[in-house]
Amino acid sequence: MSGAAMQRPARAPSADDEGFKRELVKLIPHLRAFARTLCGDPAAADDLAQDAMMKAWDARASFQMGTNMKAWTFMILRNQFYSEKRRSWRQTQLDQEAAERTLVAVDDPEAPVALDELRQSLAMLPPEQREALILVGAGGFAYEEAAEICGCAVGTVKSRVSRARRALHVILEEGNYTRDGEPASDAMRSILADAERLSTVR
Amino acid sequence: MIEQRPSEERRKSSAAMDEARLRQQAIGVRLRQMFDEVVNEPVPDEFLEILRRADSRNAGNGG
Repeated sequence: MSGAAMQRPARAPSADDEGFKRELVKLIPHLRAFARTLCGDPAAADDLAQDAMMKAWDARASFQMGTNMKAWTFMILRNQFYSEKRRSWRQTQLDQEAAERTLVAVDDPEAPVALDELRQSLAMLPPEQREALILVGAGGFAYEEAAEICGCAVGTVKSRVSRARRALHVILEEGNYTRDGEPASDAMRSILADAERLSTVR
Repeated sequence: MIEQRPSEERRKSSAAMDEARLRQQAIGVRLRQMFDEVVNEPVPDEFLEILRRADSRNAGNGG
């Protein structure tokens, strides 16, 4: 026997497909979350996530098992999003409006207002900064993975993330988000208080 | 020429940096929370339904 090199599994597509599908199903919640940050509007986001899921399924033969499937599917979703967007410039405007409109109150009365403000502030960032920050700051991707997903250099991701962080901070601090009412830095105070609460809970 | 900052100023700026770091951490916590909120939502049946249909389309080929 010539060992490991020969142990490529016999072509058993259905078994491979089953494994792939199981992994894909596990990723659906993450795809939905990422899509929501891109689209804002939950219904449009789910459409996008479904399209991405099917694209991934159709392209399963080209996926290298053992590599990062989450990053791979996120890349598909992102490409899908931008290729749809290119088809209609108007969409940009709609996304922005939807993002602001959909910053729906969570049904939890305990939920502080800050989450809403964070969403609104995020919606004000340039899309490439927003996605970089989401991938690294919320999606748990390394800079290298985020760079792969976005198709840009690692350094570019790093600078986008840090610009996004700074901008977000300024927006929240100055209360510049697009909602009227709330006094200036209430959002930031509320976020800080909440982060403290969260870290103690954990 | 090396500029030497007075130590008080340095202390002040390091306190400001700590403050900024704390705030950034706070934003990070919220950001993850916002994302996880959607991750933790139940997946609409539609997703699995679509996948099932694609699957049976495949299997259907075998007869």
